[in-house]
Amino acid sequence: MGRRLLEGGGAFLHIFMYPGPVVEYGPSRSPKPYENAEAAMAITFTLNGKSQSLTDVSPDMPLLWVLRDVLNLTGTKFGCGMALCGACTVHINGVATRSCVTPVSSVSGKTILTIEGLSEDGSHPVQKAWIEEDVPQCGYCQSGQIMSAVALLAKKPHPSDADIDDAMSGNICRCGTYQRIRKAIHRAAGEPAKA
Amino acid sequence: MATNLSAEPQMLDRRGVDRRAFLKTSAAGGAALLIGFHLPARASDPAQAQEKPPINPLNAWVRITPDNRVTLILGKSEMGQGVMTALPMILAEELCVDWKQVSVEQAPTDPKIYDHGTGGSGSVGGSWLPLRQAGAAAREMLIAAAAKKWEVGTDTCRAENGYVLHGHPERSYKYGELVADATLLPIPNFKEVPLKNSRDFTILGKDTHRVDAAEKATGTAKFGLDARPAGLLYAVIARCPVFYGKVASFDASKAKAVPGVRDIFPINIDGRGASTNGGVAVLADNSWAAIQGRKALEVKWDEGPAAKESSEELHKQFVANAAAKPSEVIRNEGDANAALAAAPAGAKRIEAVYELPFAAHVCMEPMNCTVHIQGDRAEAWVPTQAPQWAQGVIAEAAKLPPEKVVVHTTLMGGGFGRRYQADFVMEAAQVATQVTKTADKPVMVLWTREDDMHHDFYRPASYHKCQGFVDAQGNLGAWQHFQTSTSIAAKWGDKGEESSGKGEFGTGATVPYKSPNIRIEYTLAHSSAPRAWWRSVEHSSSGFVVESFVDELAAAAGEDPVAFRLKLLGDPSKLPQFGGEPDSPPLDTGRLRGVLQLAAQKSGWGQPLPEGEGRGIATFFSFDTYTAAVAEVSVRPRELKVKRLVCTVDCGRVINPNGVRAQVESAAIYALTATLKDAITIDRGRVVQSNFNDYKMIRMSEAPPIEVHLINSDEKPTGIGEPTVPVIAPAVCNAIFNATRSWKKAVRIRRLPIRSEDLA
Repeated sequence: MGRRLLEGGGAFLHIFMYPGPVVEYGPSRSPKPYENAEAAMAITFTLNGKSQSLTDVSPDMPLLWVLRDVLNLTGTKFGCGMALCGACTVHINGVATRSCVTPVSSVSGKTILTIEGLSEDGSHPVQKAWIEEDVPQCGYCQSGQIMSAVALLAKKPHPSDADIDDAMSGNICRCGTYQRIRKAIHRAAGEPAKA
Repeated sequence: MATNLSAEPQMLDRRGVDRRAFLKTSAAGGAALLIGFHLPARASDPAQAQEKPPINPLNAWVRITPDNRVTLILGKSEMGQGVMTALPMILAEELCVDWKQVSVEQAPTDPKIYDHGTGGSGSVGGSWLPLRQAGAAAREMLIAAAAKKWEVGTDTCRAENGYVLHGHPERSYKYGELVADATLLPIPNFKEVPLKNSRDFTILGKDTHRVDAAEKATGTAKFGLDARPAGLLYAVIARCPVFYGKVASFDASKAKAVPGVRDIFPINIDGRGASTNGGVAVLADNSWAAIQGRKALEVKWDEGPAAKESSEELHKQFVANAAAKPSEVIRNEGDANAALAAAPAGAKRIEAVYELPFAAHVCMEPMNCTVHIQGDRAEAWVPTQAPQWAQGVIAEAAKLPPEKVVVHTTLMGGGFGRRYQADFVMEAAQVATQVTKTADKPVMVLWTREDDMHHDFYRPASYHKCQGFVDAQGNLGAWQHFQTSTSIAAKWGDKGEESSGKGEFGTGATVPYKSPNIRIEYTLAHSSAPRAWWRSVEHSSSGFVVESFVDELAAAAGEDPVAFRLKLLGDPSKLPQFGGEPDSPPLDTGRLRGVLQLAAQKSGWGQPLPEGEGRGIATFFSFDTYTAAVAEVSVRPRELKVKRLVCTVDCGRVINPNGVRAQVESAAIYALTATLKDAITIDRGRVVQSNFNDYKMIRMSEAPPIEVHLINSDEKPTGIGEPTVPVIAPAVCNAIFNATRSWKKAVRIRRLPIRSEDLA
């Protein structure tokens, strides 16, 4: 497992070289910190099906903190701030993305889905599988795990164990629920339970 | 419904077992049967033995309301280990209610109430009897109430599924209908109240879904970092990277110019529980602004004497201590020195040095604490394993009596012992004290991952020299274990660096393998690094050492590792825990044999494996629970794959098998991470590692399948949060040895974490 950090010309590009998880990490941040936040144009995007228009956020504020601190959607979690742990995973235009390194300016005009938007009541098949398999322990990483799993199943409705490794290895679980996550993904895919 | 849970002091009669039932009327006019009782922190609770009877030992309540709901109110922290599921199950069983009728509430923190906190794998073991007694008492009162209404004998009534039933045709009352009458009846003596026969259990021992899975799968579960009281401000703290360094000066001009930053000021924390000496707080409108503000803050540090410390320097201390006379002899039976010196011809002698590094807790949710000081009261939202300590710390900072401080214990993203600290509470209390001078607003102090990694209370680093031999008859002629470490006792014990090192061995000093000559010794190594209780505490190191060393002795004697251990365990016997608390249960070698043999059997021990693959085994007794593990590995030069773990447990009567299995899986991955991944190292008095790039975690692709097998037992239930940790590292390392037997030199790992160059 390797990681390369390129810093050149003021641009910050984070490449996470890990056996291909199915995520993007957002585009480069703008080269200069934004000097006058108050003069910023509105940043408009669709969030969990509703239009959001923000006028008073720094464009370089990561989407994670916009969600948690500005919009009070605390289901998406902070774990590392460096796109290494996956706790902050949301969907941007259907792609699983680490919101902690995604500047809010970059989501202008896009469609965002967070854990809160998956269902009204935990009835999304992946959530139901998680509950049936008693996946969570402390539960802190599970929003990110579920968002990554939903993205995987959208691309591969019947993922192999290798597919699950690839898609889910960007999400750390310190409580060690990995094998239950794997079982829940297979369950959500409609597979019969293995012995 | 508001319920005043404090009982009047004069109603107490004896410590430990106490009961109170009284009718409480809420503002809405409803009644409730409320029985208060006491849950100790652990089954054998040393604090209870030593402390004066508390003003009010009640720390748990059962509340039954007319709508037939049963609520268990208790001061236990849910950090993922499942107490909010297991404890209500025990209550529901004895109370004879449908498990789905029971809900759980976190008890408010009250300084008059005896509350030890949550840790030491003690919740189930400590709560087992009191919860049953409370449930049975409530049940008997409800039966008596019904019998009185029907004017029949209580022996003609029975309780089932939330009803009291009588006669043919059957008459029934719901519990809720009996609440008002029940509160007028005398409370049964807890010690005499009849408990269910275990063969009548309908809830206990059955796989039960955890109560909190839905909220954790929907993002609605609220952790400490999710606290959002109105007007919340956010703060991060710039702390000296060197242990216990201080602020010399700081320039806040650039930081204050960062949009959203409101204020910048120094804070100080001190005392045994402080992980630093404080630092400079950056107060802002949101987390990001605080973090960005801190990046622009310029601080000059007075690094202090710890700047000279390093892992290299510590290692030199370890080596010197091992070569010198030990400071303390912990245990000495027979004469191990003489026996080793005079080891007979044909004896197989082993001398081995084992090393374990500092380890970080790495809770997925970094440390945080939210405090609002409002004149004559304060409120806090704390992900804590020790809510009363948090309450006391805030009270002290705010100069308030503790009962004026309301602490909401939130869910927490991992505890592992890290949240049994109050350093992050001290910081937040200091920041809140400053904030309150100019604004009536709550403030959250949040830690970044780097903060969390740099300012942990680490698992101590240790160095162990073991010597022993097996004589020609296959007996263990001597067992000598010297340890030098950066002890927990030196930081936390009342005697500071003069404290005994006994606690650094735990049950590793009990040594279940029979030998006439056992010698255990200790010398303290000095370090400024903060250290404390990491999942399984001293057993994380003593398990590795004892189970690696006995395995090396087996190999030297040419014996199978399982057969060798069984032989040395001998016939089942009960060994007093060496250095254990007066009423701690003995190590039952029969139960240790049980988990060992079950692990061997379930893993197919002895069946052939392909070239380059091997199995290793380890077994241990900790937190009154017996565990064993077999690891199956494949080893190639510089490459290791852990293919499978088979874990066995004897934790007495199993409350929720599903929950026990989850904890074993959890402890296994936690321990495997420390075995295979990174160490915490020190350079110039600072922790080198900072995030998941250099303190790596096991991920989905590397997590081996874990099989868990539970021994069916009628013994008293004991804990499971920690006991699997000690057996994982030795099982893996013993497996590596077996997998590399055909190599020119079989690989014996004695230092953790395992490095690829060790596998050459």
